Amino acid sequence: MNAITDALVITKRQLLQLTRVPEVLIFSTIQPVMFVLLFRFVFGGSISTGQPGGYVQLLMPGIFVQTVAFTLAATASGLAEDMGKGLIDRFRSLPISRSAVVVGRTLGDSLLNIVVLTVMGIAGYAVGWRPTGGLLNTALAFLFLLAFGYALSWTGIFAGLAARDARVVQNISFLITFPLTFLSNAFAPTTGMPRVLQYFAEWNPVSTMVAACRELFGLKNQFGATAGSFPSEHPLITSVFYMLLIMAIFVPLSVRKYANKSK
Amino acid sequence: MKSVIAENLVKTYRKGEVKALDGLSLDVEEGTVLSVLGPNGAGKTTTVRILATLLSPDSGHATVGGIDVVKHPDKVREIIGLSGQYAAVDETLTGWDNLVMFGQLYHLGKKASIARADELLERFSLTDSAKRPIKTYSGGMRRRLDLAAAIIVKPKILFLDEPTTGLDPRGRQEMWGVIKELVEGGVTLLLTTQYLEEADHLADEIVVIDHGKVIARGTSDVLKKDVGGERLEVIVEANQLKLASEIITRISGTAAHVDEGMRSVSAPVKNGTKSLMDALREFDDAKLHPLDIGLKRPSLDDVFLALTGHAAEETK
Repeated sequence: MNAITDALVITKRQLLQLTRVPEVLIFSTIQPVMFVLLFRFVFGGSISTGQPGGYVQLLMPGIFVQTVAFTLAATASGLAEDMGKGLIDRFRSLPISRSAVVVGRTLGDSLLNIVVLTVMGIAGYAVGWRPTGGLLNTALAFLFLLAFGYALSWTGIFAGLAARDARVVQNISFLITFPLTFLSNAFAPTTGMPRVLQYFAEWNPVSTMVAACRELFGLKNQFGATAGSFPSEHPLITSVFYMLLIMAIFVPLSVRKYANKSK
Repeated sequence: MKSVIAENLVKTYRKGEVKALDGLSLDVEEGTVLSVLGPNGAGKTTTVRILATLLSPDSGHATVGGIDVVKHPDKVREIIGLSGQYAAVDETLTGWDNLVMFGQLYHLGKKASIARADELLERFSLTDSAKRPIKTYSGGMRRRLDLAAAIIVKPKILFLDEPTTGLDPRGRQEMWGVIKELVEGGVTLLLTTQYLEEADHLADEIVVIDHGKVIARGTSDVLKKDVGGERLEVIVEANQLKLASEIITRISGTAAHVDEGMRSVSAPVKNGTKSLMDALREFDDAKLHPLDIGLKRPSLDDVFLALTGHAAEETK
């Protein structure tokens, strides 16, 4: 019981930070909205989709997934900063559960995602995005996006605890998340990629997430090399499996790393 | 009753390459202040981190409040307060935010956390800055807030790791005042410092550590006695050093130590005041007027130099 209330105190701290430094919230929303507008108006005209409603229908699920994937970097650098300042040591010296601090942070980052996704959804709607899968499916899609961001923030926790410097960990996180989100179906169909890349791109969790969201938003998916395979037929279940796998690996690793006292 | 006991603590880093603690033992009597004195890299922070359950020793054994720090770290955490070398608080939040947050993490409940935060801010003269982000605080204010966070639940045992390092003299005086008040309130305190003056000022007992080992222990007076008795010291003009040295050597019976930079001449003497009067007489006869003359008890700097062969400020 205490473990949960302790974690919530840590989450509350993160929300307080946002009220004290509102710039953080502003810029973490401006960036994805900027992506929406850039992709919509720069590439939107030249990518033919064969979907009713145009490129923005394909784009929005891709940008949603990319944005929640970047949670990883925010989680990692935030935690690395707390480590560097000695704050994590202070938390470790308190009689609180060993999981409270890391759970609290992942929850806080998810709450931030709710705000960011809402603003993005409004921005997308303004430039022509219209989900047609029904209210329930749309809500489900957003839930999945939050869950995916939550799962990924655990890899961020691990990276943040392992890092020595907040700036380094931020750079490394981007080095991982950028190719991962672009080597996918998020912004362009995979069918134009070399065949080997198609396999990677279509098995990529980012792609299965994007495909799952597209289905929930009422779109048809297009698969290249892996057409007919399990992830192409069941992107939603595959995505859930990926999330559980990530958490099964990184939750225990992170909690252990947090409690590790050899250094 | 011993509140803190450490026996033969060994801790190495980087797979044994760096030996931070090399069989360190110490103990703190309940309600007293022990100062762990040593230069940078002597093992002070490692000792505190082990006692505060942040680090496991490679070998050795330690109890805090009678509880084994390795076997029952959770129970230890309930009775200790820790304030580290760097102010470990959330700098974007206000002082008040921080104290309320830590109060809640100590499971005080929201109301009690707020009441305690107000009380501590008042006590540490931080009420005026309570609602400002810590980023805007001076170094001394940050340290006081950090200390406040460490004593939210009135811990019986407090660890302070270099509480005044980096503070200006005024900040240090204020910090000392706050610490003294805590000690009068009955807390058992283990304090590390590289300032000999600080140990002298605050501690009932001092352990001197170097290279991860205790090299001396005792009260400030005992340590000083170990190094030798009183010294007669005189400060003169540069061109009078030679003459002064001759006079002091004659009175002391041992060769005087001359420090040309400080323009001082000193030597150990047995019967202090008589030697001082003799010296004054001889200087007067020689028409030599010292800038300063007096009897000096050895400083803790002298203690460190005598024990380790190197000065306390020296870094490895």
